[in-house]
Amino acid sequence: MDLKIKINGEDWTLDVAPADTLLDVLRERVGTKSPKIGCERGDCGSCTVLIDGRSVRSCLVLAIEADGHEITTVEGISYDGLSELQTLFLENNSFQCGFCTPGIVLSATELLEQNPNPTRHDVQEALAGNLCRCTGYEPIIDAVLAAGDGGSE
Amino acid sequence: MVIANEFDYRRPATLAEATDILANHSGSVRLLAGGTDLVAWLRDDAIAPDLVVDIKDVPGLHDLKLDGDTLHIGALVTFTEIIESDLVHEHAPLLAEMSETVASQGIRNRATMVGNICSAVPSCDAGPVLLAYDTTVHVTGPNGDRTIDINDWFVGLRQTARTDDEVVTHLTIALRSHGGVYVKLMRYAGEDLAQASVGIVVSPDYDYRIAFGAVAPTPIRSSRIEDLLRGKALDEALIGEAVALVSGEISPITDIRASAEYRTRMTEIMLKRGLVAATERLEGTGPAYGTRLV
Repeated sequence: MDLKIKINGEDWTLDVAPADTLLDVLRERVGTKSPKIGCERGDCGSCTVLIDGRSVRSCLVLAIEADGHEITTVEGISYDGLSELQTLFLENNSFQCGFCTPGIVLSATELLEQNPNPTRHDVQEALAGNLCRCTGYEPIIDAVLAAGDGGSE
Repeated sequence: MVIANEFDYRRPATLAEATDILANHSGSVRLLAGGTDLVAWLRDDAIAPDLVVDIKDVPGLHDLKLDGDTLHIGALVTFTEIIESDLVHEHAPLLAEMSETVASQGIRNRATMVGNICSAVPSCDAGPVLLAYDTTVHVTGPNGDRTIDINDWFVGLRQTARTDDEVVTHLTIALRSHGGVYVKLMRYAGEDLAQASVGIVVSPDYDYRIAFGAVAPTPIRSSRIEDLLRGKALDEALIGEAVALVSGEISPITDIRASAEYRTRMTEIMLKRGLVAATERLEGTGPAYGTRLV
């Protein structure tokens, strides 16, 4: 089936099968490797991408469902250098192995878009579905709070 | 891991086209809205449809609006849209309180409340709240439109009163003054299925609606507890009588997430706290909607 989507600002037309997930198509067909294959059942958040600005689990979206929509991955928010949030992730040592980081950055990007000055509780709620097995949650939350206080994003 | 099952995919542009596809398809078919259950089940090989019909382009199914004294919730309204709706917070705050407990932001952005009751797993969060709100389910199919009382909706484990050739178009809730509560027991705050849940609505004349989730093959109403409480203001003795009925009303199982005994004891505690909170909210006091009681 013909799939026409915008990925990080670029128009793509791809021939996909109905059973292809958005995660598979992004990684294997488009070569965008930042959405990670984790639990593949919507629990871990490592495959998070934004569709029209809202976070989704790309493992639970059929690629063909995204026809006509706009996909953003971390590559798409870094065109003009790192975002303020990404810089704060570096400054706060907000990752260890980094596997969960793309998903968390996107979930936090959505949060800051919806709520520019979130409380610690808001951040915890927004990131509750992004699992970090290195147990690095505190510096992650600190970075997102700092981005909120910065207010320039 | 890829989805092994091959299927055709259709995305009808109108409701008539959708029902036409369903009526003329002889094989196994699944409707797709948010897909957060459907795609997981496809990957698990728990279902193997030969056709998936995506209804997201059908106009009108996104509506979340007030029709006089009735709240209308379209089949494609997501949990996030419910949480972000001022109408919901003003007229049916339990829907928002419940929606906030559903999975994670990334799931709530996609998953629909109607899809939640169509999947009809025992722990579905929308079940107890829609039961407590006396919701009406509106479906359309080859024989036209019909309505299904939410009390007749859940017919078994993952089974509903909707037939395979019907599409749910929307839900309606007749609005009335009320206090309510949705109490959900989870292993941790954020992103878990209910181990047990309680939905309660109480009207100013002390008419109670009490429903339980994850403690029977389907979400259930408890008419015995409702009959006991009808017309009465709560006091400690009455709450005690209501709590004593719980173990006879529910039939929980022991599984990986909780034992049957734990579910029963916690349901009793949640009913007690929930009744108090719902009646306090009716009077304009009590914990704010969204406050966790367990």
